[in-house]
This record gives sequence, structure tokens and C-alpha cells, in this order.
Amino acid sequence: MLSFELSDDQRMIYETVRKFALNEMRPIYRECDEGGKIPPEFISKAWELFLIPNNVPEAYGGVGEPRSAVTGAILAEELAYGDFSLAVCMLCPASVVYPLIEFGTEDQKQKYLPLFCEESFKPASAAFMEPRIDFDLPSMQTKAAAEGGSYVINGEKCLVPLAADAEVILVYAQTDASADAKGVQAFLVDKGTAGMEISEREKNMGLKALDTRKVIFKDCRVPKESRLGGEAGCNVSKLLNYSFVGLAAMAVGVSKAAFEYARDYAKERVAFGEPIASRQAIAFMLAEMAIEVDATRLLTWEAAWRLDKGLESDREAYLAKQYAAEKVLMITDRAVQVLGGHGYIREHPVELWLRNGRGFATFDGLVTI
Amino acid sequence: MIDFEISENIANMKNMVHMLAENMMRPAARKYDEEEHQKPLDFINMMWEDSKRRNRARFEASTKPKQEGKPEKPAENSVMFANVIEELSWGDCGLYLCIPGGLGVAAVEAVGTSDQKERFLRRFTEGEPKWGAMAITEANAGSDTAAITATAARDGDHWVLNGEKIFVTSGKAAVQDSEGFVVVWATLDRSAGRAGIKSFIVEHGTPGMTVTKLEKKLGIRASDTCTIVFEDCRIPLDNILGSSEVQKKDSTSGFKGVMATFDATRPMVAASAIGIGRAAIDFVKEEFEKQGVQIRYGISPYRMTAVERDVQQMEANLQAARLLTWRACWMMDRRMRNNLEASMAKAKAGLAITLVTQKAVELMGPLGYSRELLLEKWMRDGKINDLFEGTGQINMLIIARRILEYTREQLK
Repeated sequence: MLSFELSDDQRMIYETVRKFALNEMRPIYRECDEGGKIPPEFISKAWELFLIPNNVPEAYGGVGEPRSAVTGAILAEELAYGDFSLAVCMLCPASVVYPLIEFGTEDQKQKYLPLFCEESFKPASAAFMEPRIDFDLPSMQTKAAAEGGSYVINGEKCLVPLAADAEVILVYAQTDASADAKGVQAFLVDKGTAGMEISEREKNMGLKALDTRKVIFKDCRVPKESRLGGEAGCNVSKLLNYSFVGLAAMAVGVSKAAFEYARDYAKERVAFGEPIASRQAIAFMLAEMAIEVDATRLLTWEAAWRLDKGLESDREAYLAKQYAAEKVLMITDRAVQVLGGHGYIREHPVELWLRNGRGFATFDGLVTI
Repeated sequence: MIDFEISENIANMKNMVHMLAENMMRPAARKYDEEEHQKPLDFINMMWEDSKRRNRARFEASTKPKQEGKPEKPAENSVMFANVIEELSWGDCGLYLCIPGGLGVAAVEAVGTSDQKERFLRRFTEGEPKWGAMAITEANAGSDTAAITATAARDGDHWVLNGEKIFVTSGKAAVQDSEGFVVVWATLDRSAGRAGIKSFIVEHGTPGMTVTKLEKKLGIRASDTCTIVFEDCRIPLDNILGSSEVQKKDSTSGFKGVMATFDATRPMVAASAIGIGRAAIDFVKEEFEKQGVQIRYGISPYRMTAVERDVQQMEANLQAARLLTWRACWMMDRRMRNNLEASMAKAKAGLAITLVTQKAVELMGPLGYSRELLLEKWMRDGKINDLFEGTGQINMLIIARRILEYTREQLK
């Protein structure tokens, strides 16, 4: 039956993560963006929330809570409300852990999952995007060719977070010459594997606190067993849907941050003897922002709920992400506009949110929930 | 627990109404658009037989004292209504608005005394089709209802009404074509401002009440929209809805009560918009399928066609409006205050329906513009949802005041 109420567990997670966002992320995010660094103390503190091991089955050292996309969306929204770069960093290992839980073979799970249930944070990452203007899943150019007992990977990936330190990178590559989305599979490539070259750090418009890299594969040979799910492989579309929903939820978080800041500013800032919020030109912008924050969240939750129910979700997850990407740009841009010239100055956060917000149209497969 | 699945009860009802919409409404939709001011009698009579039966149950429930001790099932009336209205509007919005009953009935049901219910609602359980209209708007008072100039004055055992009301939905049906009534907003004391505004029930055929004009409209042409003039129109004292006491000048509690009905009706207008929008999207997608045009999801913007982008935007906007509407209804069913959420749903649905139906006309080329299909009609019909029960802008104003925690003096 229709319900818009969080469960008790979800409310607890929401409150914990929101507190963390306000107390641990908000005080440092500007410094992280300017310096291009995330302090290790922050990462350890974030790991103490145990967000990822929480969903790992007990047999592999986790807590064993079943994974829920709706809960994931609630959590991702609040983290991104704190800061998007820091949130991606925190959730990075999930891009390996969750696909393993969903599709991994017993050997793969035993090899990798315990690593991500330890006391300290272990970086891991996924390499999905490619540096081309026409990049999408069906046209994946990175190839994995079966040769005897191994796969040989060739191609170029970009926007791979924490690639330099990642213990393992889940690399998405085309395995079929006939090349469509169904031929794309994922491969667990360990740190230091010959033929995997981690490039210099990327310079991006936003996400500046986060270390992202191009990763180049030149005849990178991995054993057959490193294909996610072994011979059965994995359903990449399904993995991508989780990522769409995660990104959409994070877009809601960034939107909410920008909306709230602009709203509060408009009530403080006086012009012509009145707060600017008392003018419809400003008030209506804020009203539209408020509607779209809620609208995007509901679309995201619905897609997440479909994933949890095992319903067909390709269309819903994609549309939620597209809608979220469009609205986060509108909302962060309006936030800059409400602040006027002040919005352009780096003393206020809105310019940072606009830079991060712009990325959502691009970031496929960057995070998962 | 977050859940987007409507109950089986609602799903069954939705299916039933959908069949009715497809078989009884769609075939008549064009005729009553072209022949404005003709009454779709077959449809009205059919709906009346069904609503009489429902009204009987509702009437009995609303007049009988509540039984105690029975555990109540979680209420889902509003969500149910929203889904029924979406289906009916998918069939045809003009015909849906012709269905006997109306906002006046809802008002008596909500705030009427048991005597008033007996006098005005029993008739909806028997006999010929009847309407109960609501007359609020005046030539110079639309969304600004506080500016109402129609007056009510006490004269012995009667109220005497004077003034002119415009844009009364089903007004002619209520006062001329059936044994219905109209609920009229009028002021008892102009100097008291909003607190002086009360609503009065005027029986059909009351001397001094005349329908003077039937509007010709852009859309929803099957539904009558009229002007009603009140000239020394005398009604019994107990035809006032609620208390006759005028609060002191700065009190608006009575007025707030009147305005609260919008929190219930706005999500329903949004649901109607969504029904029309869905009709347009369904049609466009079916036509594309026939033509072999595929809508692909999850591909690069580089490869996406303009048509694909448009259809995806239409779908996402419509679904966003639907979920906001369901949320507002769900809150109403739980008796949570939904003033902000109702306006959000209405404002978003108004924008979405305008985008969706206008795009649908564009995407179908000359077919979209032709009166041989219904697309151009849906665009004309749909626009009403961004206007009545509060324009998009009035709803934005309400949302803005709520999120800023501003009074009407702080944000005009």
C-alpha cells in the first residue's frame, strides 16, 4: 500500500548520516575542494559509520543487513548534502562490494569481501566511463578478449575515483564483437596488474577534492576467474540501474543543500529596505526549487523501490537520473543567481555546488548504492 | 515503509474506471467538444445510476452516528479519488467535469449540519441527475477571494443575496437543468475583510437567481461554465454553511476554514491533469510504435534524437507530478496538514500538463494539429488545470510563503 514514510531503520540511518554530514563534512568541504585533498582522519571517521560492511553477508565478515536501494538512496542523499566529493570517496568501495554481493562467485566473494569489512578503509573503485563525447553503455570501447585461460583488456577509462590507491578496480569492458549492452561485462583487476596504467590525476570542473584518474589498459591480462560472476557473468544493466539511482539521490542531496542555502540567504539579504525573499522574482525561484527537490526525490525513491521489488527498472532508473541531472543544474544555478554577485565568490558554497551539479549529466557508473 | 504500490482495491477500481473511460468517454469526446453546450445525456445518465448507489452509502455513513469499536482500515479515499479522476480524465476531461454532483456537494458534505445534509444531499440518492455547484469567482475577484463583493444581508428570517458570480462550473446544470443548488460565497460585512466571507446554499429555482451567460471556452467544452446573477435573492436563514458570526477584523479563522477545502481539491485537479497528460503520452508512444520509431533509454546524448529527449522529458515530468499528487493525497488520508504539498502537486501538474500536451501536438506534426485526432483537444482541455482551483502562480505564492515561513503581508 502506498506510503511515503521511512521505516524506523531508515529514519535512524537518515538521522545518523545527516548528523555526520553536518558535523563532519560541512566544516571541511571547502578546504578539501580548494586543496584537492581529503584528510585521512575524515576517511577513518567516515568508515566508522560502517555503511558498506553493513550490507555484506556475515559469512564474509559483514553485518548482514539486506541491501535496499531505497535505504541507499536516503543515505546517499544525505551524504551528498554534506559534500559530493567526500560522499563519492566514502562510497567508492561499494562500486566493487555491491556488484560482488549481487553477482560474485563464491571464490570472488571470499577473496574480496572480507577486505572491505575490516577496521580501516580500503580504497576500491569502478572504471566505467571512457573519455569520448559519445560514450554510453552500448558503445563501450574498452575490450576484453578471451584468450586461453585469460582475458586481455585494452582501452581507456576516465573519472575513476581513488584509482591510484585502489586495491581492486572493477573494469567494465565489451566481451562480444557484435557489441551491444549485453556484451559488456565487469572484471576484477587487482592493484599493480601489468598492463594497467594509472595516469596523472585528472583536473575537473567539480569533484575537486576527489582524486580521479584516467586508467589505460594495454594488453592487460587477467585470469578468467576475475570476470565478475565467472562464466555466468553479470547483468551490467542492473548494476548500472543501481548507479543511476545512487547518482539521482546524490543530485537530490546537492540540490537540497543549494536550495536551503539560497532560501536562508534570501531571507537575510536586505535590498530596498526588505529581504529579497519578499519579492516574487526571488520567492518564485525558491518555490520552483523546492518543488523540484521533492519531485526528484520521489522519482528516485520510486526507481529504488522498483529495484528492491525486483521489478523492471531500466526506464525508471534512467529517467530518474536524467531528471535529477537536469534539476540539480537548474537548482544550483538558481542558487548562484539568488545570491547574485556573492554567489560567484568562493566564500559562499553555491558556486561549488553548481560545479558539482553540472557533473551529474556525465557521471555514469561513478557510484553505486 | 516507502511503498509505491497502490492497494489492490484501488488497482481494481482503476481498471474498472479505465474500461468505462475507454468505451464510454473516448467515443463521445470529440462530439461534445465540437457541439459546445450540448449535454452528454447518455453519459450523464449512466454515471448517475452508478453515483446514486454510491451516494446512498455515503449519505448514510455521513448522517449516521459513528459506530465504535470497529478497527478502521487505513484510509485511502483521497488516493482512490486521485486514481479514479486520473482514469476519467484519461477518457475525457470535459465529460468528467459533467458528472452529476460537484464541488457544492463536497462543501455541504464537509461542513454542513445534519439538517442541511438531509435537505441538500438526500436528493443525490434518488430521482433524476442533479448538481451542486460552487460560486466563488467574480469579475474582479479570482484567486483574490478576499476581494469578493457579493453581499449577504439579514432581513428577518432570510438572507438576501446580491451580486454576480462568474466561471461557475456546472452552474447551469445545478440551477436550471436539475433540482440542484449552488453554494455561493458572499460577504456579510465588507469592513471585516476576509472574516466577513461566508458561504450560502441557494436552492434551484429561487427567485432572484438567474443564469445570465454561458461561457465559450478554449477547452473542457462539454462542461458548462456560467455567470449567475443574484438580485435580492432571498434564502432561509439556516442556509448558511457554518457559523454566521463575523469574527473581529484581524481574525481569519473562518476564512481559513473555507480555504482549507483547496487542500483537498487541488490534488484532484492535479490528478485530472495527469490523466490528460497520460492520454497524450500513450497516444504518442503508440503512434511511434506503429511508425517503427523506438524510444531508447540509457544512451548517450550524442546519439539521442530530439524526439527521444522530448518523450523522456514528458514521461519524467508526468510521473514527477503524479508522485507529488499521490503524496498530497496520502497525507490527506492520514489527516496530516498538506497545504504545501497540495500546492506543489497542483503547480507541478499544471506545468507538466502544459509541457506534455503541447509537446505531443508538436511531435505528431500535422496529425497533432488536426481535429480528427484528440491531441489538439487534450492540449486545450489540459490548460484548465493550470488555471482553476488556483492558477499555477497562486500555488507558487503559497509554496513560497510556506517554505519562507512568510505571512501574506511579508510576501505579496
